[in-house]
Amino acid sequence: MAKPAPKAASKPAPKTAAKPAPKAASKPAAKPARGKSVESDEDFALRSLQMAHEDNKRFDASDEQLLHFYEQMLLIRRFEERAGQLYGLGLIGGFCHLYIGQEAVAVGLQSALTEGLDSVITGYRDHGHMLAYGIDPNVIMAELTGRQAGISKGKGGSMHMFSTEHRFYGGHGIVGAQVPLGGGLALAHKYREDGGLCLAYFGDGAANQGQVYETFNMAALWNLPIVFVIENNGYAMGTAVKRSSAETEFYRRGTAFRIPGMDVNGMDVLEVRAAAEIAFAHVREGKGPVLMELNTYRYRGHSMSDPGKYRTREEVQDQREHNDPIERIKKELAERGKTEDEIKAIDKAIRARVAEAADFAENSPEPDPAELYTDVLVESY
Amino acid sequence: MSAPETTNDAPVVTEDTRRLNMIEAINEALAIMLERDPDVIILGEDVGYFGGVFRATAGLQEKFGKTRVFDTPISECGIIGVAVGMGAYGLRPVPEIQFADYIYPGLDQLVSEAARLRYRSAGEFIAPMTVRSPFGGGIFGGQTHSQSPEALFTHVSGIKTVIPSTPHDAKGLLISAIEDNDPVIFFEPKRIYNGPFTGFYDKPVEPWKKHRDSQVPEGYYKIPLGKARTVREGEALTVLVYGTMVHVAEAVCEARGVDAEIIDLRTLVPLDIEAIETSVKKTGRCLIIHEATRTSGFGAELSALVTERCFYHLEAPVDRVTGFDTPYPHSLEWAYFPGPVRIGEAIDKIMSE
Ligand SMILES: Cc1ncc(C[n+]2csc(CCOP(=O)(O)OP(=O)(O)O)c2C)c(N)n1
Ligand SMILES: [Mg+2]
Repeated sequence: MAKPAPKAASKPAPKTAAKPAPKAASKPAAKPARGKSVESDEDFALRSLQMAHEDNKRFDASDEQLLHFYEQMLLIRRFEERAGQLYGLGLIGGFCHLYIGQEAVAVGLQSALTEGLDSVITGYRDHGHMLAYGIDPNVIMAELTGRQAGISKGKGGSMHMFSTEHRFYGGHGIVGAQVPLGGGLALAHKYREDGGLCLAYFGDGAANQGQVYETFNMAALWNLPIVFVIENNGYAMGTAVKRSSAETEFYRRGTAFRIPGMDVNGMDVLEVRAAAEIAFAHVREGKGPVLMELNTYRYRGHSMSDPGKYRTREEVQDQREHNDPIERIKKELAERGKTEDEIKAIDKAIRARVAEAADFAENSPEPDPAELYTDVLVESY
Repeated sequence: MSAPETTNDAPVVTEDTRRLNMIEAINEALAIMLERDPDVIILGEDVGYFGGVFRATAGLQEKFGKTRVFDTPISECGIIGVAVGMGAYGLRPVPEIQFADYIYPGLDQLVSEAARLRYRSAGEFIAPMTVRSPFGGGIFGGQTHSQSPEALFTHVSGIKTVIPSTPHDAKGLLISAIEDNDPVIFFEPKRIYNGPFTGFYDKPVEPWKKHRDSQVPEGYYKIPLGKARTVREGEALTVLVYGTMVHVAEAVCEARGVDAEIIDLRTLVPLDIEAIETSVKKTGRCLIIHEATRTSGFGAELSALVTERCFYHLEAPVDRVTGFDTPYPHSLEWAYFPGPVRIGEAIDKIMSE
C-alpha cells in the first residue's frame, strides 16, 4: 500500500455489505485537536456528520430505486461513450470532458434533492449532472454538436449547459468560478425563504482556487444553505492531487471556516445517497454549509486530447475492474433477483435511447448566423 | 553583453538556421533563458511534469530541475501574485497562464500590483515578469478558450503587450520580454502554433517548416520590443495586423492581388508608431484587422492614432475588420471569425473610395 497511487485508488470501496473501510473509520479519531479536549463540542460538530455517515454508510434502496440508479448511471456511461465517438468523427468540436467513472456521484447526490426546489451548479464536466436530472438526452447531445435544438441553442457547447426548469445553473468553463455563484444561489434560497439548498460541485483541482475559500467563509458566516461537493477524481488534467495540494484530504478544508466535512466513497451510489441524506438534512435544518469530498475516478482522459502519460494503464484498469460504480449495482441487482435477460433488456433500451440522441444531434440544423447577435444583452443591438 | 539584435525586418538566415514551429521556437527561447540566467523561473499549471498543454515547456523540467520549472495549483490569482513578489525580490519569473481566458482571476494582481509597482515605489521596486499565455480563436474553443483580451492590457499603463506571429519572432521577442525590466504579457496566437493558418479554414494548414519565417537561428538573439515588421511592402494600402491575422491578411491580399503594405505590429505596447505613420502617409489608406471584439478593441486606438497623425494623407476613412461585439460562439465559428470574406469586402470598399 506504499505506492503513491492517487487517493481514489488507495481507497477502494468496501465490498457490498462489508464493514466500512478501516481507514475511513479511524479518520476522525486520528485528528485530535491540538491543545483542546478531543471531545470538545466544537470539534464534534465538525465531525458529527461524518460520524453519522459512518454509522450508516449505505442507503437502503428499494428494488425500484436501485434499478433507477442503475439505469441513470448506465445512461450517463453510454451517453458519454457515444459523445466520445461523435467527437472522434468530428461532429463535436473543441473541448469535451466525459464523466465516465464518476456516474455514482451525480446520481447519488441529485436523487436526494427536492425537485423543482433545490439548485445545482457545476463545472465543465457537466453532461452527467444534466442526465442525472432526467433531462432529455437529445437536447444535451445537440448542444455538444452545437445545433439550434441544443439545450442552450448551440451557444454553450459541452461546458456550458443550463436548465431553468430543473434549476440547473450550469456548466461553467472557468475552473472554480461556479463556487461563488453557488454561494449566491444559496443566499437567494435563504432570502426567499423557499427552503431550498444549493449543491455546488467542483473538482480537486478547482479546490485550489482562492475564490472557493472566500465562498466558504461567506457561506459559514451567513449560514447559507449550501452543500459544497468536491469531486476528487485524483487528477486535475495531468496533475495528481498530491502534486498540487498541501491538504489532500479535501473534506477537511472547511474546518478553518467551521464547515463540517464528509469523506465519501463516490464509487458506490448507495454510499453517496446515504451521505447526501445526512448532509442535506443538516443544511435544511438551518445549520449552515456542509463540505462533502466524493472520492471518485475518471476513466477517460481529462478532455478528448489527453495523452494520459501521468498515470499507468494498470491504475485505470484496476479501478474499472474492482471499483466500477455500475458493475457494483449490477451485481447487487442480480443478487436481488434480476435475471440476466432483464438486465440485458435495460442495456438495450439505453443504447437505443442514446442512439436516438446521437441521430437527433447529428441531423438537427445549425443555428442561424443571426443568432450570433442574440442573447448578448437584453436588447438586440 | 553584445547581444545580436535583428532590427531588420527579414529574419536573419545564417548557416545554422533551422526550421522550427512556433512551439519549438518558444521552447527554445525558454531553454536559452533558463540556461543564461539563474533568476529565470518558469511556473504554471501543468508546465513541469507534463510539459504544458501545448507542449511549450516540454522537457524543461527534466533539463533544469524542479526548482526552475515547476507546476502550480490551479490558482491564477496566486500564480501571478507570487510572480510579482518574486520579481520584486530580483527574480525573473515566467508564469504561464494556460489559456488567456483564464487570466482574469489574476487580473487584479496584474493591474493593481505588477503594472503599478514601479510607479508607486518611484522606481525602487519592479516586476520583471513575462506572463506567457496562448490566446485567440479558430480552434472551436468557444467562449472560454478563444478570447483575445489584449486590449484589456494595453489599456493599463505599466504593462507591455507582445504578440508574435512567426517562430522566428516568437523566439526573439520572448527573449526580449524575459530580459525586459517591466511586466510583459506575451500572448501566443495558438491557432498558428503548428502552422500559419490563413483563414481559409476548408484548406489544410501548411506546416511551419514550409514557411519562410520558420527559419530560426540557433542560440540567443533578440527582437526589440516596439519594432514592427513589414511583412510585405506595397503602395496601395496599409494593413495593420498582429498574431494570427498577419497570415490571414497576407493570404487575402495575395489572393486578390492587392498591392498592400502589411505591417505586423509585434508589440502593441510599446507601439512602433513611426512605422505605422510612414506607411500610411505613403499609401493613404489604412485597414486594421484583429480577432478581438470591436468596441474599445486595440483597433480603435490604432484608428485614432492614424487619424490624428495621418489625416491629411488619407484618401479613405480608416476601416476595421474585427470580431463581433459578442462572446465567442461555440457553433458558427467561421461566421464569427474575421476571415477572408470580410477582409476582402473591406479591402474592396477602402480601395473604391
Ligand atoms: C481558471 C481556469 N484555469 C485553468 C483552466 C484549465 N483547466 C480546465 S480543467 C482543469 C483541471 C481541473 O481539474 P479538477 O478541478 O480536478 O476537475 P476534473 O477535470 O478532474 O473534473 C484545468 C487546469 C480553466 N478552465 N480555468
Ligand atoms: Mg479532478
